[in-house]
Amino acid sequence: MKILVPVKRVVDYNVKVRVKSDGTGVDIANVKMSMNPFDEIAVEEAVRLKEKGIVTEVIAVSCGVTQCQETLRTAMAIGADRAILVETSDELQPLTVAKLLKALVDKEQPGLVILGKQAIDDDCNQTGQMLAALADLPQATFASKVELAADSVSVTREVDGGAETLKLGLPAIITTDLRLNEPRYVTLPNIMKAKKKTLEVLKPSDLGVEMKAHLKTLKVSDPPKRSAGIKVPDVATLVSKLKNDAKVI
Amino acid sequence: MAALVIAEHDNATVKGATLNTVTAAMQCGGDVHVLIAGANAAAAAQAASQIAGVAKVLHADAAYFEHGLAENIAAQVLALAKDYSHILFPATAAGKNVAPRVAAKLDVGQISDITKVDAADTFERPIYAGNAIATVQSLDAIKVITVRTTGFDPAAATGGSAAVETLTATADAGKSSFVGSEIAKNDRPELTAAKIIVSGGRAMGSSEKFNEVLTPLADKLGAALGASRAAVDAGYAPNDWQVGQTGKIVAPQLYIAAGISGAIQHLAGMKDSKVIVAINKDPEAPIFSVADYGLEADLFTAVPELVKALG
Repeated sequence: MKILVPVKRVVDYNVKVRVKSDGTGVDIANVKMSMNPFDEIAVEEAVRLKEKGIVTEVIAVSCGVTQCQETLRTAMAIGADRAILVETSDELQPLTVAKLLKALVDKEQPGLVILGKQAIDDDCNQTGQMLAALADLPQATFASKVELAADSVSVTREVDGGAETLKLGLPAIITTDLRLNEPRYVTLPNIMKAKKKTLEVLKPSDLGVEMKAHLKTLKVSDPPKRSAGIKVPDVATLVSKLKNDAKVI
Repeated sequence: MAALVIAEHDNATVKGATLNTVTAAMQCGGDVHVLIAGANAAAAAQAASQIAGVAKVLHADAAYFEHGLAENIAAQVLALAKDYSHILFPATAAGKNVAPRVAAKLDVGQISDITKVDAADTFERPIYAGNAIATVQSLDAIKVITVRTTGFDPAAATGGSAAVETLTATADAGKSSFVGSEIAKNDRPELTAAKIIVSGGRAMGSSEKFNEVLTPLADKLGAALGASRAAVDAGYAPNDWQVGQTGKIVAPQLYIAAGISGAIQHLAGMKDSKVIVAINKDPEAPIFSVADYGLEADLFTAVPELVKALG
């Protein structure tokens, strides 16, 4: 069985982004970029399933600019066998990415697709579900545990109030939550090996997908600032402030 | 055109998040209809009909709707979609699971986590963990939306008198099945609906300390308990207590952060709280930059003192 793992190149989670003064977006020039943290978890899970023996091949996929190749090399250093880049400099929205991935699912026929639950730049949390809809496959989002058998997969999901377990027929789409696993560190020998693995570059037109925007960003602004607070010297002052000034207790 | 709200419910009652979503739906213009898709959910449909501002409740009942499987709920929503200009889900685990599936089948974009309705086709939503607000315009005929509940006041749960219309349920998709669930037992207020939240971080040190120190304070204030990702990952608190970009987004009247440094991830989940109190030993902790009242102290002495002072 093959597993397809889509990965996204995003602004590193440690970077505090700044909104551009003209309101057209956030400033990502010269900012450190990394693999989306949820996607790292997805790659790790796929590689672990391969190490257990049911899975034969892990294919990493990314959609976007040329530099996404670095993200794909990272995925291959974690243990993905080969990679596909769908190269475009156009803005990509989740539905378009889902369509590109659907075309790759048709082409590669994976038994499982594992995606991150959301990307930390647009915070959409849509692509996995959209891919499941387009490919007409079952979905299990926010996975914290995955148990793969030859013809089905059991997934424990994080839901409001606790966890639930679903059983899906294969092929299926899974999106990862934080607690699914702890991604391994990539080692230098594996980085060197990853350079030798195959990285195929396609264009959206090769996959027959039309690039279409469904949302137009009119402006991007700073969130409202909180007015500066005060430090209180002791608990008694804190209680009196909460009671008398803020009136919240 | 009308707006359709996909209610979150437990078959007997309608969950609070639905009420905030109804408010957002009313701001989109047109009538507001509510869909209750469930198993033996007549009571939930009845409850939905009482919500102020709701014009009609659509009730679809089938055993395979019981656990809200995305494939089945999405199919039921799609059967109705062509009559609506807006389809809104609460941005909860359940809503986020289904909404994109509906949007993709309709070949429309989806707008996640809106915090404001500027016009019938223009919405505001946070991006980059709440560090920027994007104003986006939908170019599609049907707007499929998830609503960040803390961005909208709840509609009144009573005062409405909508008619309940029974629908023929769509067929079981049969692609997935529900095996079981472990729902954490909790007799405190629900985290996303609580007026006061007491939240602990890595500095708590252990789950025993977490409970021993924070529970009395939460009891005293009638508060819900929350936690930072660090505390959850360390096993001090259950997953569903996590407040943050990837956990729950909350906006209570009072948020007390004890031993939480205030990573971007955490701030994204709580910085719309009305009053924020930070108790932390580290004067440089970023949490102090958003706190209305900061107390630089060891939480293991300050929190018990606070409990005592509240008498």
